[in-house]
Amino acid sequence: MLIEAGHYALVLALAVCIVQTIVPIWGARRDDAALMEMGAACAVASFVCVAFSFVALSHAYLVSDFSIRNVVENSHSQKPLIYKLTGVWGNHEGSMLLWVLVLTIFAALVALLRRSLPARLRANALGVQGAIAVAFLLFILVTSNPFARLSPAPFEGRDLNPILQDPGLAIHPPLLYVGYVGLSIAFAFALAALIEGRIDAVWARAVRPWTLAAWAFLTLGISMGSYWAYYELGWGGFWFWDPVENASLMPWLAATALLHSVVVMERREALKVWTIFLAILAFSLSLVGTFLVRSGVLTSVHAFATDPGRGAFILGILTIFIGGGLALFAWRAPVLRQGGLFAPISREGALVVNNLLFSTACGTVLVGTLYPLALEALTGAKISVGPPFFNLTVGAIALPLLLLLPFGQQLAWKRGDVAGASQRLMAAFGLAILAALAVFAFTRGGPVLAPIGVGIGAFVTIGSVVEISSRAFGRGVGWRLAMRRAFGLPRAAWGTASAHFGVGITVLGLAAAAWSTETLVVMKPGDRAQVGPYTATLERVVPRSQANYREDVGLLRLTRADGTDAGTLEASKRLYLTRNMPTTEAGIRTMGLSQVYVSLGEAEPGGIGVRLYYKPFVLLIWIGSVFMAIGAFWAMTDRKYRVGAPVRAAVRAAEVREAQA
Amino acid sequence: MTQTMAARRPMTRRSRRLTLIGTALAVLALALGLVLFALRDSIVFFYGPTAIAEKGIAPGTRLRLGGLVQAGSVQRGADQNVRFAVGDGNRTMQVAYRGLLPDLFREGQGVVAEGVLQPDGSFRADSVLAKHDENYMPREVADELKKQGHWQDGAKPK
Repeated sequence: MLIEAGHYALVLALAVCIVQTIVPIWGARRDDAALMEMGAACAVASFVCVAFSFVALSHAYLVSDFSIRNVVENSHSQKPLIYKLTGVWGNHEGSMLLWVLVLTIFAALVALLRRSLPARLRANALGVQGAIAVAFLLFILVTSNPFARLSPAPFEGRDLNPILQDPGLAIHPPLLYVGYVGLSIAFAFALAALIEGRIDAVWARAVRPWTLAAWAFLTLGISMGSYWAYYELGWGGFWFWDPVENASLMPWLAATALLHSVVVMERREALKVWTIFLAILAFSLSLVGTFLVRSGVLTSVHAFATDPGRGAFILGILTIFIGGGLALFAWRAPVLRQGGLFAPISREGALVVNNLLFSTACGTVLVGTLYPLALEALTGAKISVGPPFFNLTVGAIALPLLLLLPFGQQLAWKRGDVAGASQRLMAAFGLAILAALAVFAFTRGGPVLAPIGVGIGAFVTIGSVVEISSRAFGRGVGWRLAMRRAFGLPRAAWGTASAHFGVGITVLGLAAAAWSTETLVVMKPGDRAQVGPYTATLERVVPRSQANYREDVGLLRLTRADGTDAGTLEASKRLYLTRNMPTTEAGIRTMGLSQVYVSLGEAEPGGIGVRLYYKPFVLLIWIGSVFMAIGAFWAMTDRKYRVGAPVRAAVRAAEVREAQA
Repeated sequence: MTQTMAARRPMTRRSRRLTLIGTALAVLALALGLVLFALRDSIVFFYGPTAIAEKGIAPGTRLRLGGLVQAGSVQRGADQNVRFAVGDGNRTMQVAYRGLLPDLFREGQGVVAEGVLQPDGSFRADSVLAKHDENYMPREVADELKKQGHWQDGAKPK
């Protein structure tokens, strides 16, 4: 009964969203406040409906209701409780429902957090949000109904793909979806601005916190996905330039560009048309990502539960929203009043370079990802574009981006001073060179580029500290005053510094990957192998058994060069019984920021195949992303975005008038 | 008046716009050059054993070989060396590989191996992929099998 109610709630949500699409936009045209207010009510109502439907499906999973096809195909009564719950979105239908749930949560938040948004902007934006929800609700109801019944109901389910039976599934898809779908807000606001034909700093201030939030979640989603693949797939790699990874990287690159161009709009009322374009692009790429992942048109190591038949429907949605968005852009963008131009050497000039490089990077990743698809469609030849392509192109674009980052942050708005900026960065530059030289002198092996990578990472990291210190210290400013000035800086400044600090940390982690080692050996109990600075001894291999799998566990002991003990780790080879599917569970021992990583292979003549990796400072890669996300959240809480600061707003408005006069 | 303005502020609106457009074009041209250069070297073609024989591909070429791991062909040697045969129904090809095979590598299942074609007509793989999807079938392999007429749609699990 609950299931039918859940299904009904989904249909109801569709009806409500249709109203949400039409009425507020119509109201905005007629300037009718009551009609515009309908948008907010509908957004909240559709959220309630979709949430109910999601709860209904989750309940079916928790109680293992095998009369529902979706539960049968992806669950099992013996599965641990957490995986019963995460299994809700570990399949196509459920993950689309989660997608729509996140979409309606965002729309409801826009409706509830009124801020001081102009009523017409809000009404139009909610209308666009409603249209997106309509498309995806239709998609679920027509092609991927998670509530379809199965008769007769089997006694047992077919279990969830074992690779997905991992805490990673609880974290990675929801974070990624919040990021993907969060970009729909920027998209909706962009279209709303185009419909209205008006865009200004108020628009930028309204969009920026949403973009920051979406970007932070997207960053965390991508990075947690990368860590999950790293420990789950057992190859010791954290990024494969796989189409599915690229699909999440492209919106991230576009969103990063958007984040920076919105700042220029907010401060200088420039780059209006470009910002609108980026907002459309970022969400369009999220849709492309969803399409690539869900349709399985590209072979990927991460694709789950794909179905080419449904791809066509998503392709239709894609065409309507991207085509519609861009058509509206082409038609209405000329109406927007152009902002002023500005000096090339200035903060805004640096941000333009940032945007140029980020969108170029996004373009090359797009080319590399879609080129095989296009070539196959045109000539029938099947090719794959490998990591060398992406490493070279994205690497070449990242290099100037990273080197210019600290400089851009030192330039003033309107007119920057290169000499002054360089002077303030002298210390950072000197330390970075020292770090590179020290690494070069004290390490052996690894490519020549790696110490340079360390130097760049150090430059960006220290440069981000200088962002704060150069604003706090000044001529004749003592420590105490400097501290007070530092803490008095706006939260947006601290957030920016934190995000840039994270970028530097991630670069350091990536550079350190050059010194990782990989050893393939066949071992039997008692054998030793060298892994980085440690010696690993295979102590024994023991069979173990759990409710839904059997495993052979290899116990390894690590010892340092001086013979002292460095702990043990367990790597295992599992066999999931329901699907008769083997998986490799890597054994990982973390020491400081470095890790020893071991995965087991097949039993062979003379022992068992073992792959051992030493990964120095590998954790920096993901720690950096956490700093980036924290930075974005930090900036979001900045006073100027907070609800109701009317006095300050008035003061600011007066200042603006003064400045213009 | 315009002259004095120009003298004091050398960057006119027009030249600023030109700087911006110039920089953008330079970056895009550079990126395009990079993309073309990188594409030339890092594209790997995908073939089945039959296509390799028909096209007369030269030894030493880097490619992706796809097909089914032939039943009974997997031989594990010492030191993690593995030999197996990949076939598409018409022809088979011997593959040599050293390292750990993916979890879903089994006889009778689809596989994609990337590596170099050897002069003796065998294939030396440096990576072996088996997709961890419930169909155990990479799309290229499925297409190749369909082309060779050894694919029954009914056999595919729902």
